[in-house]
Amino acid sequence: MSETVPGDDSVGDGTSPDDGDGSGGFMGWVQKSDLRIVGVTLASMYVLFTVLVLLEQGLGFDSVNSVVGAWRTLTFLFAAYAVLALALNLHWGYTGMFNIGVAGFMAVGVYTMALLSGTSDPISAGQGYGWGLPLWFGVIMGTVVAGLTGLIAAVPALRLRADYLAIVTLGLSEIIRLLAQSRDVSTWTDETFGFATGGGRGFFLPDRPTEAIWGTDAGQSFVELFTVEIGGDEVTLVRESIIADFSWSLVMIVFLAGIYWLLRRIGYSPFGRVLKAIREDELVAQSLGKDTRWFKIKVFMLGCALMGLGGILWQGSQGTVTPDSFRPIVTFYVFIALIIGGSGSNTGSVVGAILFVGLLFEAPRRVGSIIEAWMNLSSAPNTFHDALGSLASLDVGGFVAYFIDNLGPLQFVILGLVLVVIVQRRPEGMLGHRTEVAAAIDLERGEIDE
Amino acid sequence: MSDAAADATEAPPAEAADEADDSEHSGPPLEVRNLRKLFGGIVAVDDASFTVEQGSLTGLIGPNGAGKSTTFNCITGALKPDGGTVRFQGEDITGMRPEQVANRGLVRTFQIARALPEMTVVENLMLAPQGQMGEKLWRSVLPAARDSVVTQERELRERVWETLEFFEIDHLAHERAGNLSGGQQKLLEMSRAMMTDPDMLLLDEPMAGVNPTLEDKLLERIHDLREDGYTFLLVEHDMDIIMENCERVIVMHQGSVLADDEPERVRSNEKVIEAYLGEDI
Amino acid sequence: MALPQFFSSGTPLNAAKKGRERVIEIIVVATVVLIGIDLIAKLAGRQFSLGVGPTLGGDLALASLAGNVWTGILVGLIFGLAGIGLSMTYSILNFANFSHGDLLTTGAFTGWGVALLIAGWGVGDAGYLLFARSGSGPGPSTIGASIVASPVAIVAGVIVAAVMTVVVALLIDRLVYRPMRDRGGIPLLIASIGVALALRSLIQFMYGSRTRGITATQDVRREVLGFSINLHQVTLFVVALVLMVTMHLLLQETKLGKAMRAMADNKDLALVTGIPTERVVRATWILGAGLAGIAGFLFVLERGAMDYNLGWFLLLFIFAAVILGGIGSIYGAIAGGLVIGLVHEVSLIWVSSDFNAVAAFVIMILVLLYRPEGIFSGVTTA
Repeated sequence: MSETVPGDDSVGDGTSPDDGDGSGGFMGWVQKSDLRIVGVTLASMYVLFTVLVLLEQGLGFDSVNSVVGAWRTLTFLFAAYAVLALALNLHWGYTGMFNIGVAGFMAVGVYTMALLSGTSDPISAGQGYGWGLPLWFGVIMGTVVAGLTGLIAAVPALRLRADYLAIVTLGLSEIIRLLAQSRDVSTWTDETFGFATGGGRGFFLPDRPTEAIWGTDAGQSFVELFTVEIGGDEVTLVRESIIADFSWSLVMIVFLAGIYWLLRRIGYSPFGRVLKAIREDELVAQSLGKDTRWFKIKVFMLGCALMGLGGILWQGSQGTVTPDSFRPIVTFYVFIALIIGGSGSNTGSVVGAILFVGLLFEAPRRVGSIIEAWMNLSSAPNTFHDALGSLASLDVGGFVAYFIDNLGPLQFVILGLVLVVIVQRRPEGMLGHRTEVAAAIDLERGEIDE
Repeated sequence: MSDAAADATEAPPAEAADEADDSEHSGPPLEVRNLRKLFGGIVAVDDASFTVEQGSLTGLIGPNGAGKSTTFNCITGALKPDGGTVRFQGEDITGMRPEQVANRGLVRTFQIARALPEMTVVENLMLAPQGQMGEKLWRSVLPAARDSVVTQERELRERVWETLEFFEIDHLAHERAGNLSGGQQKLLEMSRAMMTDPDMLLLDEPMAGVNPTLEDKLLERIHDLREDGYTFLLVEHDMDIIMENCERVIVMHQGSVLADDEPERVRSNEKVIEAYLGEDI
Repeated sequence: MALPQFFSSGTPLNAAKKGRERVIEIIVVATVVLIGIDLIAKLAGRQFSLGVGPTLGGDLALASLAGNVWTGILVGLIFGLAGIGLSMTYSILNFANFSHGDLLTTGAFTGWGVALLIAGWGVGDAGYLLFARSGSGPGPSTIGASIVASPVAIVAGVIVAAVMTVVVALLIDRLVYRPMRDRGGIPLLIASIGVALALRSLIQFMYGSRTRGITATQDVRREVLGFSINLHQVTLFVVALVLMVTMHLLLQETKLGKAMRAMADNKDLALVTGIPTERVVRATWILGAGLAGIAGFLFVLERGAMDYNLGWFLLLFIFAAVILGGIGSIYGAIAGGLVIGLVHEVSLIWVSSDFNAVAAFVIMILVLLYRPEGIFSGVTTA
């Protein structure tokens, strides 16, 4: 008997048999397995960025550093967004709970970790400091406390309409950020608990555990592998800092794989089936005897815990953190990533994260640099009206230079428009159209077992 | 749903529980006494009382706005009644939450079919059975516990396909429920309700929007099931269907019960004729 | 995809719920009374202890309280003015518009651009002035945009703020919301997040990121009958009041206003009875966006400075106002705005400025959780 058991097997064969819009050729091959979809998307981003970096810098040994550096950034951000998009997908994609307070739950995770495991002697006055407990303890507690915050929010809030829940969660995340921002709170925690949140000055965070590797002899000899002699010169192909960062990104990928596995299990299970039913029509689920309240509370807690963990892996791993890292815009980034990929699909969340990070987040900056490097632009006008002035005097270069100089805001304009266009024209996203049947087994009419 | 009950891997535990209920209780399974429901001062259901006998096919009729659907919603927990009691198999279920009512074996369908549109037909049916072990998060996730979930899923799958065949919608099994026609969705709803293994079914206008061929099929199914011992309460707009198929008919008018009798006697009831303003009954 | 609410609003039989509501009511009343006693004690300069808990009373000058109340009213008027539009779009178009705050930003930048151009005509480069001091040029006091030095500029600014915001809002509606009119509240909400992001960033792109001083303040503070009065604040107060009264008359006396109220009440009913929906929708945007644009302009008149995040930061407060007042009610939005404004400013007597925004958001969340129909519901709706 050859029965596929979704969620139990490796990442392959998650799609249902009748799903095959890519009937043949390469795309057909890709679409047959979730792992292939993710792999091919990721690989194409690496290739794209290799090309972009080379276009910017030209061929040369120095470019190796830049290419690997670009890969590192991609991998780091992709893993971070994928974890968060998966967590949000559990809330919104699966259960239909419209949580737009992701940033707040991330902040709870990061701050809990920082307060427990952060250094106990503040580096500069007024900055946050912690209890100096072991890092693993802080990470676990950060995840747990984020989940508990979710529980506290969930019990009263989950009976609300979706749009009210959105406003409540956004409000909550802003309250959390404002409290983290507050000098008074920092002083109070300092006096009461012997740790301090640091207010607007933020926190020096514990080192990444991977940093320790590179101090060892084995680590150093690995790093030296990337320094080669070419024509009598010592050339460092990949700098140590990039290697060290990359090793952390790999740890994040491991976490991502674990979370993906967990959520996939949930997706392909009777539990996940009830979640989908709640999303589709809660009264029907109730009328079939499901106590939807418990399902929602559990899922909300789990998703918030994962958001806390995602925050720790991302903002908690960057040496310092300030409350500004948890502005609502972060939530919207995650939302855009999820919607691009297709809410309701775990694989879609991961693909969405890759596409968001690659195409919307990193690529515009790269393309800007290439144009700058190639067009030999005159110095950019300082203001938009000066740019208009240069356009009026037929100096297109100046006009373009202003655009490139102001890619930041322009990128947000594009992000906003992408969100609008997706919601308007393809609300199911890249992969949301697929039928991912929520069951622990294939539901095809049975071969009789045994 | 206690863990002990869920541990019974052999048969879905709901069945066992239901059998126990059946043996304990005799008398009418559903008893509604002085049910009242107000909507901002407007009385939708006004002191309605009736019983539904074990194993019967009872019809509930009445002109638009007579309070039929509201009564349904009050019985099944979708609405909280403002007064009166509802007893099911001897137990007071007044004001219980919908899932509590459903878990006691009283399951309903909706006036406008509420399929779960983005889920497939099989998925819809797989959702319904009670006491699914995999509805516990840890069982669905932990490797050791998941085996038993998979085993139960296989058993359920067998029942689902049997039910699909019984309702003759097995050819639609992998279709998204939202893509089904209105009539097919009605069939889906009923088969889904059957999958909960209920003692009694409340069907809210199961024939509305169903074409005549499907309608006959649906009635046939209801009769088959009734012979198997299920109890039905049927809200229906189409008088002929009720008169031809039900052995007992409850007539509601302006929120109260006007008559509760055999079809023939209802047909000649003065008050009923008056309520329908001479409409041909 | 709003989930059905089958357990909402108190049914008499549901004693548990009733009991809980009573408890919450008692807590709210007790808190208000306690704060009131504390406030009176503070004003009287007395301090006493309740035996347990914090000490009540203290020292507070009446003038200081009056100052807080006055700023609270001013901020509250802004919230209320902006809230009218948000409340109308929420009930008539049936979605929570997360880009409403950025309509305030639109009004502020376009309006002040023109106001500065008029006030500073000849003083600075026209582009510099029109783009609201983006780049380098003369400072606000040289340009002299104040109600004293150049009232014409302020009036023109108000008008341009309203007109430009309306144009932008109608354009957005045409391109974004209209094609998805029947898609339900949540897709529209998500789209509005995209609009918010795009609109705010476009303003940043065109006008620059800098926080800039705008108004001139020479002679704006006057002594009238022994009181020191800020004429910009008075302008805000008067304009806001006039607009609110105008809105009231519009909704109560005109056919269009009645149609809008009908649609806010029940969209399907309005469709059946033949009210031209698209016309009502357009009117909603025109009124809502116009008021939002003016609110943004007036906010800057009072504050004296602005940046591209102005409206986004105000959004949650405006939501708080609308929710407090009950979604769909313009009087509720005004009253809610005043309450939130007063909470925001008067709470400073008790808590540091770190927490006054938190207090406003907490109130919003509590109202959504326990009284989603708003605290003034059952009085009048419009």
